[in-house]
Amino acid sequence: MNRRTLLAGAAVALALATGAYAQDKTKVGFVYVGPIGDGGWTYEHDQARLAVEEEFGDAVETVYVESVAEGPDSERVMTQMALDGADLIFTTSFGYMDPTINVAKKFPDVKFEHATGYKRADNVSTYSARFYEGRAIQGHIAGKMTESNIIGYIGSYPIPEVIRGINSAFIHAKKANPDVQFKIVWAYTWFDPAKEADAARTLIDQGADVILQHTDSTAPQAAAQEAGNVITFGQASDMAQYAPKPRVSSIIDNWAPYYIDRVKAVMDGTWESTDTWDGIGPGMVGIGEITDAVPAEVKEEALALKEQIASGDYHPFTGPINKQDGSAWLADGETADDGTLAGMNFYVEGIEGDIPQ
Amino acid sequence: MDLSAINPMLFVAGFLVAATPLIFAAIGELVAEKSGTLNLGVEGMMITGAICGFAVAVESGSPLLGFAAAALGGAALSLLFAFLTQVTLANQVASGLALTLFGLGLSSLLGQSYVGIKPPRLPDIDFGPLREIPVIGPILFTHDIILYLGLVLVAAVWAMLKFTRAGLVLRAVGESHDAAHALGYPVKRIRTMAILFGGACAGVGGAYISLIRVPQWTEGMTAGIGWIALALVVFASWKPWRLLLGAYLFGGITQLQLNLQGAGVAIPVEYLAMSPYVITIVVLVILSRDKSAAPASLGRIFHASS
Repeated sequence: MNRRTLLAGAAVALALATGAYAQDKTKVGFVYVGPIGDGGWTYEHDQARLAVEEEFGDAVETVYVESVAEGPDSERVMTQMALDGADLIFTTSFGYMDPTINVAKKFPDVKFEHATGYKRADNVSTYSARFYEGRAIQGHIAGKMTESNIIGYIGSYPIPEVIRGINSAFIHAKKANPDVQFKIVWAYTWFDPAKEADAARTLIDQGADVILQHTDSTAPQAAAQEAGNVITFGQASDMAQYAPKPRVSSIIDNWAPYYIDRVKAVMDGTWESTDTWDGIGPGMVGIGEITDAVPAEVKEEALALKEQIASGDYHPFTGPINKQDGSAWLADGETADDGTLAGMNFYVEGIEGDIPQ
Repeated sequence: MDLSAINPMLFVAGFLVAATPLIFAAIGELVAEKSGTLNLGVEGMMITGAICGFAVAVESGSPLLGFAAAALGGAALSLLFAFLTQVTLANQVASGLALTLFGLGLSSLLGQSYVGIKPPRLPDIDFGPLREIPVIGPILFTHDIILYLGLVLVAAVWAMLKFTRAGLVLRAVGESHDAAHALGYPVKRIRTMAILFGGACAGVGGAYISLIRVPQWTEGMTAGIGWIALALVVFASWKPWRLLLGAYLFGGITQLQLNLQGAGVAIPVEYLAMSPYVITIVVLVILSRDKSAAPASLGRIFHASS
């Protein structure tokens, strides 16, 4: 599957190199961590790729390689794309961070965009979405909806992005319902439906009636649907096929406007290395429809919270918040700065268990 | 830490389900390898079975028909491998790897319109009063027919290889294809049938994931289970009962580590996450200290002229 796209890309590049009009097209490459049909993370990146094609038509050519393992494989794929003449390459997983930097060094004329990382270079931009804003809203709904007061959370890897999400969801679940308890299971994969389903089922067996996930497939939804009285949230994509229940709302990644912007910048020659981190306000993070399975008043509260976050009146990490060990982190009314959020490696007070180091 | 959160009965019932795809894929591959062919395309055949089974189950409304289609789909894909290795005498390793890549691509093509659909549920067998037996009842008598079929299959393969003439011929072909040929056995036909059997089993294993364990269709959803099945055959020294033990060990520890995480046990998560692989391999290696039982002709190409 990977090789297929790669070979197709190579063939096209060869054809273009010999053709006279080769210089006219801007070539954009995408490296995906899962299959484009995962229904979640990679699916949304691919939707944005299609949006780029639609926007610019014949002026761009896009290539993608899916299910690329984080590590040496991804470096090879990026190198191949650069050799094939890509002008801009989006690498869409945290684990591609070092490979992206390595390849970017070798190809100073190619522009790179790395999703969710923190290392930049002259030709490497980073971009991410403030998913924790969406997770605050889900946490609120989760806290209000749980009857067993046990909320299960399927984590992928213990990186700041995921830890931030857990903390944000926990803080707001706790505000909505002081009795909630989080059970966290690490899957050590972004995409493995069988394992994700097992993890969801384990959490349900242990009493959770709300499942939050930070992995990419819809398998936890399927497992929850089968279990019956459990609710879930769409992750990265709307996952509306599981509405109105178990999926009662969702966080949606909307990369299309950003991708179109950046491709345009390359075409105009105005591209610069930047760091973008947008949330609900600018629309990079969307909240999928809150279904009727959620009581009207809870839905209203959630939407109000969304409005407050979008307008900037409220920051999901507003003090007083202590760290897990009881030490003070944010004073009353203080909000977290982006630096701390970007490197977050601690749980907030009240979450049980340790972060795998 | 709160171990009381783990329900042992649900846990055991859960790992029986988790081990079943592995059992099917591995027992099929065991038969293929016993005949002397090394088919590395298990992952590809599983995922093809997963989508064939899912599609037919959804369209027909019958999960059993789905499993039948999955067996056919897996066997059909393995026919390609049989053609490459038995007719054109292509390298088995390369053909198997190609089969996996082909199966992954083919399945995502076939699955385009099946994303997000809920498959019909295969009902559990009604064991009546047996279900009410304390402890054993909820663990052993609350499953679907395919899970039990997996156990029957392991027993049947074991008995076939050990006691029957067909099993003897199959093993002879795997140990020395030249000798088997000299005795007048149709080496290629026997190997082709073993490959087809392996493909059918892998297909059913794949469908067990998409129809029962997850249950839904997602691209790439077998996510490496086929490779684990391949390794399991080797570590089980090509012995069916060890293979069953290995599959249960792997499935069991996979489930256990998730349960322990949920219960907040103070073992670092990294160790828990790798434990299924490590423990399964260590136990099977210890068990197989006697002699390696790899079929002598495994992976070698046969042509009657040689």
